Amino acid sequence: MATATIVIGVAGCVFYFFMSNIVLDSIFPPRGANAGRNILRAGLIRPWLFLMPAIILLTVYLVYPVFVSVWLSFHDSNGQNFVGADNYLWLVNDPKFRESLWNNFMWLLVVPAGSTFFGLIAAALTDRIRWGNFAKAMIFMPMAISFVGASVIWKFIYDYRGDGQAEVGMLNAIVVALGGEPQTWLSQIPTNSFLLMVVLIWIQTGFAMVILSAALRGIPEETIEAAILDGASPLQIFTKIKVPQIWGTIAVVWTTITITVLKVFDIVLAMTNGQWGTQVLANLMFDWMFRGNDTGRASAIAIVIMLTVTPIMIWNIRNARKEMR
Amino acid sequence: MDNIAGTKSSLVWTVNLSVVALVLLWTIPTFGLLVSSFRDRDQITTSGWWQSLFPSEQNIVYRIGDADTQRPEGAGFVIDGNVFGDGTGEVNAFGITSREPTAFAPGDVADMGDGVTATVQEDGTYAVTSPVAFEGRSPRLFITSVTPPRFTLENYDRVLFAEGLGRAFLNTMTVTIPATVIPILIAAFAAYALAWMEFPGRALLIAGVVGLLVVPLQLSLIPLLKLHNTLGIAGEYLGVWLAHSGFGLPLAIYLLRNYMVGLPREIIESARVDGATDFQIFIKIILPLSFPALASFAIFQFLWTWNDLLVAIVFLGNSEDTLVMTGVMKELLGSRGGDWEILAASAFVSIFVPLVVFFAMQKYLVRGLLAGSVK
Repeated sequence: MATATIVIGVAGCVFYFFMSNIVLDSIFPPRGANAGRNILRAGLIRPWLFLMPAIILLTVYLVYPVFVSVWLSFHDSNGQNFVGADNYLWLVNDPKFRESLWNNFMWLLVVPAGSTFFGLIAAALTDRIRWGNFAKAMIFMPMAISFVGASVIWKFIYDYRGDGQAEVGMLNAIVVALGGEPQTWLSQIPTNSFLLMVVLIWIQTGFAMVILSAALRGIPEETIEAAILDGASPLQIFTKIKVPQIWGTIAVVWTTITITVLKVFDIVLAMTNGQWGTQVLANLMFDWMFRGNDTGRASAIAIVIMLTVTPIMIWNIRNARKEMR
Repeated sequence: MDNIAGTKSSLVWTVNLSVVALVLLWTIPTFGLLVSSFRDRDQITTSGWWQSLFPSEQNIVYRIGDADTQRPEGAGFVIDGNVFGDGTGEVNAFGITSREPTAFAPGDVADMGDGVTATVQEDGTYAVTSPVAFEGRSPRLFITSVTPPRFTLENYDRVLFAEGLGRAFLNTMTVTIPATVIPILIAAFAAYALAWMEFPGRALLIAGVVGLLVVPLQLSLIPLLKLHNTLGIAGEYLGVWLAHSGFGLPLAIYLLRNYMVGLPREIIESARVDGATDFQIFIKIILPLSFPALASFAIFQFLWTWNDLLVAIVFLGNSEDTLVMTGVMKELLGSRGGDWEILAASAFVSIFVPLVVFFAMQKYLVRGLLAGSVK
């Protein structure tokens, strides 16, 4: 059954492209008496045949929802009655929303900084050693692991037994070995939020490392040679010659991770479900959508997430347009 | 860079050691869970995975057999058996009160008062004797035992067949494969049009795609779920495929267009002169030449859809028939928070495929990342 659905889904897609182009070629055959005119006419239509499915999907799945969400955010819990800015007013006064906003802000400060920092160090160090490629693969590996899988991995590390039982979570085992008391890490405010951030930093560092490593290798050799001749130490070369030359790439890595952070959801849902002061916007939105069953409030939260991404979006479009010229 | 003048050997050492530390930090969490997934359930809860190669010490509280299992022996009565039940182990010490659980060595005879005596042998066999018949609740023995390390595939067997992960594995496949292939097909055509065909509004469309790159998924959930409900494809695979395709398209078009624009103009021009239509040029020339970019995006989309939780639970729902692996794991985290053998094995079943893809195709993944963000 499953295989059949797969085949139908994929085949349907292939079928569209072949058939639509064959039909177009048979209406305007590129040979015979009117070949020239036909090719021109087909050329006017064909781009849209190529683009049609993409435009439809993008419109339905990404553009249309923006407008519906805005509309829903001004309506009540089931989208029936117009309530003005009530949902937004509720948001401003809701302690959980404030907590989420604050947490998201902390995530935005810590995770991109942490990932970029570790990524930069890993890139700089692994480029200098012989087994660097192996080391890179190991640090990059968490990228392949799902957020939920990573949550399981890290929840095991933060595990708490207590009651004099042997601690099987690594963090508590280390604490006990150093003579401390085991802690219930995930329910302690505000440490718990940082422990969740560690998971995302762990995942994203590999990404930062790969991009920054490529950028470091792209630095012109002469600048480094000149610095060495002037007697700069390796640390000085790194901080004063290399890093300033890759600021652009660092900014790109930073913004890319920022976007990921704004949408972070799985880790919080799987590890604490927003309890103990760890709520974030994306999970709060999910909560109001499924448990609260309130499309108005959920949409209002979604709009807030969208607004936080908008500056990055505008910046991206500007850069892309500059490149096109 | 090793041979640059001025490099000190102490520096080389520092660099090597720092990288070793980084690599350990980044791999140990995963490794710990991997080891745990092969360990015996009881051992996971009594000792850390880093001790898994050594015998583990366990404390057992054992209530001896009921009064009706007693039999007369000599002048009194005796209840006997083995504290490990059907299992095996080695008793280090035993006791008769919870305050002194290790008061006696194996083979010693413990006096429990009123002429009752208890003895436990090293192999776990015990005998409790009494001059008068046993009545009511039978006494408890406190056993400190050592069990040898035990590695097993039982956890995998259990999650795959009893916990429904096998089914979820197939569901994940059903979601992932079309959700990877469909957007590639659609995006490849669109990217070609945006790269090599002249038509009004092209620049605007490209800017639009770049803008859509960062639209948060959260924004789409409610409107699309409503739409899917109206269309009747909520909870159907078709709905998830379309959703994943829609969400993956901006990146796909962006990556592929950037790559296709870089292909040599002469090839395409000469094919046009030879009378090839754009469709033929695309199928016969562009597609094969774009293989690296297609592979890059395919890996991205595969990893993303395989690892996704949000889109799957929103558009497929929580029913057992269609639940994907990340969904099962999320449920298990909630309902079996402390059963690490189940969680560990489930995690590795779901991580396995992406890891294989990752290590096999790393080159393309890196290339795709560079094309997607350094620009």
